[in-house]
Amino acid sequence: MKWLLLILTLLAAPAWAVQPDEILPDAALEARARDISEGLRCPVCQNESIDESNAPISRDLRILLRERLVAGDSDQEVIDFLVARYGEFVLLEPDTRGANLILWAAAPVLLLLALIVGWVTIRRRPPTEVALTEAEQRDLDRILHP
Amino acid sequence: MRYIRGMLIELAHFALILAFGVAIAQTIVPLVGAHKGWRGWMTFAEPAANSQLILVGFSFAVLTMAFVTSDFSVSLVYANSHTDKPMLYKVSGVWGNHEGSMLLWVLTLALFGASAAWFGGNLPATLKARVLAVQASISVAFYAFILFTSNPFARLVDAPLNGRDLNPLLQDPGLAFHPPFLYLGYVGLSITFSFAVAALIEGRVDAAWGRWVRPWTLAAWMFLTVGIALGSWWAYYELGWGGFWFWDPVENASFMPWLIAAALLHSAIVVEKRETLKSWTILLAILAFGFSLLGAFIVRSGVLTSVHAFANDPERGVYILLILGIFLGGSLTLYAARAGVMQAQGAFGTVSRESALVLNNILLAVSCFVVFIGTIWPLVAEMVFGRTLSVGPPFFDAAFTPFMVLLAIVLPLGSLLAWKRGTLTRARMPLLGLGVLSFAMAGLFYAIYAGRSMVGPAGVLLGVWVVGGAVVDLWLRAGRGGLPDRLGRITRLPRGDWGKTVAHAGMGVTIFGVAAMTAWQQEDIRIVQTGETFDVGAYTFTLDAVEAVEGPNYQSTMATVTAVRGDGAPMILQPEKRFYPVAQMPTTEAAIDNGILRDVYVVIGDPQANGGYAMRVYIKPFANWIWGGAILMAIGGIISLTDRRLRFAVGARDPKPDAKAVPAE
Repeated sequence: MKWLLLILTLLAAPAWAVQPDEILPDAALEARARDISEGLRCPVCQNESIDESNAPISRDLRILLRERLVAGDSDQEVIDFLVARYGEFVLLEPDTRGANLILWAAAPVLLLLALIVGWVTIRRRPPTEVALTEAEQRDLDRILHP
Repeated sequence: MRYIRGMLIELAHFALILAFGVAIAQTIVPLVGAHKGWRGWMTFAEPAANSQLILVGFSFAVLTMAFVTSDFSVSLVYANSHTDKPMLYKVSGVWGNHEGSMLLWVLTLALFGASAAWFGGNLPATLKARVLAVQASISVAFYAFILFTSNPFARLVDAPLNGRDLNPLLQDPGLAFHPPFLYLGYVGLSITFSFAVAALIEGRVDAAWGRWVRPWTLAAWMFLTVGIALGSWWAYYELGWGGFWFWDPVENASFMPWLIAAALLHSAIVVEKRETLKSWTILLAILAFGFSLLGAFIVRSGVLTSVHAFANDPERGVYILLILGIFLGGSLTLYAARAGVMQAQGAFGTVSRESALVLNNILLAVSCFVVFIGTIWPLVAEMVFGRTLSVGPPFFDAAFTPFMVLLAIVLPLGSLLAWKRGTLTRARMPLLGLGVLSFAMAGLFYAIYAGRSMVGPAGVLLGVWVVGGAVVDLWLRAGRGGLPDRLGRITRLPRGDWGKTVAHAGMGVTIFGVAAMTAWQQEDIRIVQTGETFDVGAYTFTLDAVEAVEGPNYQSTMATVTAVRGDGAPMILQPEKRFYPVAQMPTTEAAIDNGILRDVYVVIGDPQANGGYAMRVYIKPFANWIWGGAILMAIGGIISLTDRRLRFAVGARDPKPDAKAVPAE
């Protein structure tokens, strides 16, 4: 009975990230495959790479990209191959073409602006201290000339 | 008995409606009172804040009771609980869903409002009245949200016999306490927001304001730190591959307020000590809560899909967007109109603690902006440019990391500079020594892990630099003289200095942990037969057995794995795959042997056609340092909070004789 339960449990479980049978015998090729798959998004998951994902389509994609690698494609060719079929949606690292330039350049530009504004504001500070208020002057007089 | 329980639930619903009414009155009456100078109207805020807390507290207690006693006549309990569930998860089920978590949200709002009333005894009467009124206005928005769109007390006519169970992923100690801490953080920032808006209405910001705001910011930041660390720790052991941060929209939602709160924490010090950077500090206070609201919107609207999002509902999203628009728009308009009034007083040189803190603020704020633009870019790209794209970890790693590296480099230097005009003359020798030590340590680690990426040694370099910088800071504060004199003085340093040291050291520890684990982890994926032995790194693993085990509300496949390093004592690891029949969901329970130098992390997978099981084994060096650093940061916050100078009552040292005294300038 326990074993029946065990089998049922396992049947209900989904396929699961990178499977042992997917791994390529060539370690260098496999390392490249892992690098590529970490940068590709699972098309049906919410926010997972195909390397982490349990979805069947991710498994298909992992196997597909390994087939391309074995066939002799370069990393870029494999990525282009998948983007051509699934769109730029699968790229976890957006490219720098067109409007994406805004995404990449926004922070460095803002940093530069902030540094300039910060620098100018600090340099422009009045060199002298502000005058004491009347109350402070009174206190000071009282302390200095009791 | 059942009749009374049913009554209680209706009463709890009614109490919530009553709290809504009280909050409306608390928004209007004290504001009018403060404007007209009517003392009686101003003091109305205090009992109102207390009664809000009592009413919402009652509502929350009753909902908790409904979960604990499995009262399935409440539709929320039916949808999120089950009689077989362990008690801890019956209780945490209260906030493990949209409606209940919103009730926790308003409870926290009321709690902070009431605390501001209790601890604000020394605030000028008008400021106190306005702070409590603004705080109540936030509550009004969220009471309305709950009552009109997400009533947690909705009943079922025929109570079902049993519930549908809480999402099994949420049935975990790490995640049970993750939301309450996050909410204390998010909502804690509402108080600093209220202070900022009240100060804008008053038209004055002075050193005393900085001193009042700082403990609240510190507390909120500390809770956020703990909440984020708990969430990341949970992801590490629960999701099954030992990742600790995914740059998921929901994670980013909690990270953005954390970054801004950290900036605010530092700029409030400048306001308090030097009466400058005032309008910037006010802006940060507004933005910090703005990002909290944005976070609530991201989590609940589902416009940005995420692994974590629950109870997605566009209509609720629109409502939260409305709240965000009103509060952020309103406060920013007020800011634009009033910011000019706040002039800086203290002047400072280009090289000074003030300038260093400005740089800290720039780096934290811009890094927050990186996270922000990366999080919303898919939305913008689709709506404006018609491109469906993703922004994932590779972008954030590349765009965010440089800011943290810069921050880590300048942190020890800036924290050593004196106020007004500083030099590093006295610190030159210790800093030089520390620099040499940092490079030496990095070189040592480079040699140990020869041939691997440079990320690891860079992390060691920065980690030693930041932690060492904190120690040097403490050492230099001890003055001159022999070792006993110095040690004596170090122990007598104010708590605030200790808090600073511990928190900064925590940051260094986390940087090191993240870099070390990312760079040097080892992974092994293979099919293992029962009884088979294999090596990963310096360890030898044996799969001893795989058994079926019956849990309280799940069925488990549990493997027993023995791991030995050389001649050391064997470790027994029992990874599980669980199946929750009620929710029809499987979960992975990794087995982890925690250590100071490494974690051994084992996951059991599916049975294979030819017998045997898929197994994943990781050796994760210095993994615990990531959360250790976060804990140190939180402890630093606690130590600072206990500093006499920060006690809420200390502001009374120079009581304003007349609350309506001269405005700041």
